[in-house]
Amino acid sequence: MIGLTHFLILAAILFVCGLLTVLTKRHAIGILMGVELMLNAANINLVAFNHYSAGDRLDGQVFALFVIVIAAAEAAVALAIFLNFYNNFGSVDVERANELRG
Amino acid sequence: MQAILFYIFAALTLAGAIGVVASRNIVRAAVQLLLALLGVAALYFLLGAEFLAAVQLVIYVGGTLVLIIFGVMLTARASQKLLNPSRGEQIAGLVSAVVLLVALIASIVTTRFPDQPAPLGRYSLQALGQDLLGDYLLPFELASLLLLAVMIGAAYLAKKRPHAKGEV
Amino acid sequence: MLREVQLASSDPSSAGGTFIRLILGDEPGWPLRIGWDLTIIFLGFLGLASMVAFIGIWAERKVAGRIQQRHGPNRVGPIGILQSLADGIKLVSKEDLLPRGADGWLFRLAPYLAFAPVFASFLAIPFGPDMIFEPALAVGLFWMLAILSVEVIGVILAGWSSNNKWSVYGAMREACQLISYEIPLGISILIVVVATGTLDLLELSRMQAGGMQHWLLFHQPFVLAAFVVFFIASLASNKRAPFDLPESESELVAGYHTEYSGLRFSLFYLAEYNAMFVMGAIMTILFLGGWDDPVGYLSAWSARVPRDVMSLELLAVNAVAFHVFMAKTCLIIFIQMWVRWTLPRPRIDQVLHACIKVLLPMSLVLLLGSALWELFVQNTSLMQRATQWVLLAIGLSFVGFIFLMLAQAFIQGRGKQYRLSEPAKLGI
Repeated sequence: MIGLTHFLILAAILFVCGLLTVLTKRHAIGILMGVELMLNAANINLVAFNHYSAGDRLDGQVFALFVIVIAAAEAAVALAIFLNFYNNFGSVDVERANELRG
Repeated sequence: MQAILFYIFAALTLAGAIGVVASRNIVRAAVQLLLALLGVAALYFLLGAEFLAAVQLVIYVGGTLVLIIFGVMLTARASQKLLNPSRGEQIAGLVSAVVLLVALIASIVTTRFPDQPAPLGRYSLQALGQDLLGDYLLPFELASLLLLAVMIGAAYLAKKRPHAKGEV
Repeated sequence: MLREVQLASSDPSSAGGTFIRLILGDEPGWPLRIGWDLTIIFLGFLGLASMVAFIGIWAERKVAGRIQQRHGPNRVGPIGILQSLADGIKLVSKEDLLPRGADGWLFRLAPYLAFAPVFASFLAIPFGPDMIFEPALAVGLFWMLAILSVEVIGVILAGWSSNNKWSVYGAMREACQLISYEIPLGISILIVVVATGTLDLLELSRMQAGGMQHWLLFHQPFVLAAFVVFFIASLASNKRAPFDLPESESELVAGYHTEYSGLRFSLFYLAEYNAMFVMGAIMTILFLGGWDDPVGYLSAWSARVPRDVMSLELLAVNAVAFHVFMAKTCLIIFIQMWVRWTLPRPRIDQVLHACIKVLLPMSLVLLLGSALWELFVQNTSLMQRATQWVLLAIGLSFVGFIFLMLAQAFIQGRGKQYRLSEPAKLGI
């Protein structure tokens, strides 16, 4: 019987995978992918808690909906910044982004 | 049957997530992320959140992931050589990730959650709509303002401006 | 809101799952359920998808021939009906190429990513009063929109993994076009949802039962205009002419599927014709009344049939409903093919201009108008006095306005030199 714990453990593993991606990738967009994985893990947590502990209420799902929307917004801005960075420095390596100019 | 479906979808999601971590090629990592997102959408269906699953598919897969793949392709010339972190960084990252994983799983397993039996039936779509425009009206409007700001900001940031190299 | 039609079995859980209940009993265990599902998928949906592609390819070439004042295929089979079979045999017997330098894994994955979403959207379509794969999908309409937006990724990956500059151009243009036209597509679906208040496709089919005057097309002038917007957006979404820049034969060889040959190429074709079918099915359910015939006889018959025992009458009513549904969908597909072989192909900047500067504002205005109409005009004394013909006239004037704006957009863009991007600087 699938219980709350199963979903929470799955979300924990997903979160740690995302964290590992953020920590070990040098490609800027790879880091963005890790962030998306972490956000998805959090969403699974929210929806699982809603399903198993909240009865008829929908708070967890509404919360997860807002997280999805904001994650999409953040991905758009992040990509705009990465494109700008690429146009200026010719590289997407985050190791290169270690100078403050101007 | 729910158990079988859960394990299948969980396996798909984890395969995708581990693929994102382990892929050297950034385009393959994006495709693995697609697999992970599809798995998460399937899990939402299992949890009865049908609208949320469809939203996940439209926005995450059909929007964010397309954006990510576009970004990967537009910067493809730069990443021809594989970008790998140094060995020391990889070890440090792995150690901290494993420590966090152990801590999370320990805390999950040892907590006694009020585990009510899962409610049968589906959540009413009307209730979701009424919540969004009732209890959560303020975050809803703020989210739309945020999206407007993001649209303008992203369009401005990504615009090509004729300037000397080095100036921003 | 539209009036609710009371069917004999108005319990929602029984209306779709009738056949499962009658054949497998009330509580089928999961092996039986999975067996049933797999049977329906392999025999029903796969068969339907193949038949749609089979007849679609033949019909396309016949329609093209007729419009171009020639015969079209007429050698293979009676009226050339076996031409698709010959094409299929030819495609299957070709060599399976992998371009040098292409990413093999992605190259092989991409056609399936383009085909699977279209195939998955079959499961929410009500082909008849009891013929729907998943009857309890309350978000059926949204599910179809959602799963069809996964197709973009298959297209992009196909172009990218071919290791061919022209394929990448085709894929980028295609993705640009697809995601831009998703917005008017979604908003015109939203207009229908505002008019009816439900996302459930079974519910929508039931609401339009009882004859042509109850079809959603004639319910509101804004929905009529939304139908036209949806039609144009679905043409762009299927990469059909006049929006077929990604496959523009004279410009990009074959766009994003240049490097594909044999069975993989046929998967893309399968995906295209089935996407046309799915769009036609959505249009049929949303606007043209679903599986009901224009007189309303079928829904009256279906209400009379008892649903507690499997009978020949149950099968008969479903079979007739299926045929009516397919007839309406084929009409839409025919109009799509007609448009393809009639109109010239615009440039990519004209295509995007038409989407973002004409269709998007128009659909937003229509959404606002539809919401205001539902609030203030529907169910008031104004509606009792206005006849259907007045509504039709108002709707047609909206449609005319949309076409005027589109024509102005295309004429205005003629002769201009636009450079949408500078690919060399993008590093592709």
